[in-house]
Amino acid sequence: MKYLLLKHYRGGPAPHHAFPAMDQWTPEEVDAHMQYMRDFAARLEERGEFVDTQALAPGGAFVRYDGEGQPPVTDGPFAETKDLIAGWYIIDVESWDRAVEVAADLSAAPGPGGEPIYEWLEVRPFYNSASPADE
Amino acid sequence: MNESLLRELVPAVIGVLVRRGADFASAEDAVQEALIRALERWPDDPPKDPKGWLITVAWNKFLDATRAAASRRARERAIAAEPPPDPGPATDDTLQLYFLCAHPSLPSSSAIALTLRAVGGLTTRQIASAYLVPEATMAQRISRAKRRLAGLPLNQPGDLATVLRVLYLVFNEGYGGNIDMAAEALRLTRQLAALTSDPEVAGLLALMLLHHARRTSRTDAQGRLVPLDRQDRSRWNTALIAEGVSVLQAALMRDQLGEYQAQAAIAALHADAPSTGETDWVQIVEWYDELLRITGSPVVRLNRAVAVGEADGPQAGLAALTGVDPALPRYAAVSAYLHERAGHRERAAKLYAEAALAATSLPERDHLTREAARVRHRVNR
Repeated sequence: MKYLLLKHYRGGPAPHHAFPAMDQWTPEEVDAHMQYMRDFAARLEERGEFVDTQALAPGGAFVRYDGEGQPPVTDGPFAETKDLIAGWYIIDVESWDRAVEVAADLSAAPGPGGEPIYEWLEVRPFYNSASPADE
Repeated sequence: MNESLLRELVPAVIGVLVRRGADFASAEDAVQEALIRALERWPDDPPKDPKGWLITVAWNKFLDATRAAASRRARERAIAAEPPPDPGPATDDTLQLYFLCAHPSLPSSSAIALTLRAVGGLTTRQIASAYLVPEATMAQRISRAKRRLAGLPLNQPGDLATVLRVLYLVFNEGYGGNIDMAAEALRLTRQLAALTSDPEVAGLLALMLLHHARRTSRTDAQGRLVPLDRQDRSRWNTALIAEGVSVLQAALMRDQLGEYQAQAAIAALHADAPSTGETDWVQIVEWYDELLRITGSPVVRLNRAVAVGEADGPQAGLAALTGVDPALPRYAAVSAYLHERAGHRERAAKLYAEAALAATSLPERDHLTREAARVRHRVNR
């Protein structure tokens, strides 16, 4: 079963605790965080659960069609939405419980003072490719 | 020499290496490497003796790998000194491979991957592409599974139920990547049925044949799901149906009923009917009762309600639905269908929309969304 673990720049439930943005951290704290993320991905690979990971820059814009002959309408960069996606992992695991366990592992990445950041991650199931019998 | 014939040789060649003293994990790796080399070379330069070629190349790969591991040097000398192969009977080896690869200690995704590689003779890349994961991930999954199996003897009695479940999971995967997984599962089940006389293996084979026979009519040209009552029955494959029915009848004669035989019996009754209206729903309900007795499964209870609805009318179907767990994935879809049949269109439209939200696959979601739209449209007309 495939799941998307979605990281957000903003949005989601109230944070567990307030901490400064990453550019305020010490270089060692930033390195430790990055190393944790690499180890996390390596653990997924080692267990045969890794599918994909991508990070998104905060820029970009909302875009929509505006009728025949009209140029597309854009809103942004930095449209006033509550939600801003930062990136994702795609994992292929045995169960929902395992997906939750993996997300909790990712959420424990260290921040200032080496303390876990307790980040909220959105966990979403993919549709199955299998099609069950029809009677 | 086509690719499927090559695949068929794989389990026997693994068996030869194991009998020459290789451990299962190394033997399987060596045969996979030989298989990849065969896929590259054979199209231009086919060997006279394909099996002999595979054994030689795989054995050399195994020796190379063993040599590379310095700590194993002493063992390698002992093995290399052993007398050459006795090709002997391979059927038992292949049967044992089914049991080992679908060992109950493995998570099902690993059991599937290992079965497809060691018994099915697929490459890691083909399996990865079928399941839409990176090749490295699939390779890890397989080596992890083999580490978990390390130390288990090849001749240990296996768990047939797990083997059958793994094969049925592969069958339901349909087309994946470049490989027709349903056809592959059918081939592996056919091969298993030739190795064992267990009536449940025959039951699963019959079930697959009967489903496979209807495959092309289950989706239309746009890829939309076509429900059973709207399928073009002239497109059903009568040869596969005849084979499925005859395999099933032989199994039922043994008088050891199991869940796959009962499911195949239901599929056979559908296959036998010229239309939904002319289907022997009373007998289908009886088979569902048997299936329920064997499995106690809530999903069976749910599907039984549909059959009751056809046999005794939608009110009876709705009555059969009471007591079924509404948290089941297809509960709303079944309820919607029965309510529509009972003439409760508003209710049915709402339930179809609810069912679409609960769908676990995209074709199913789209189908249920269309059903909701269809029923609503008539409501408003």
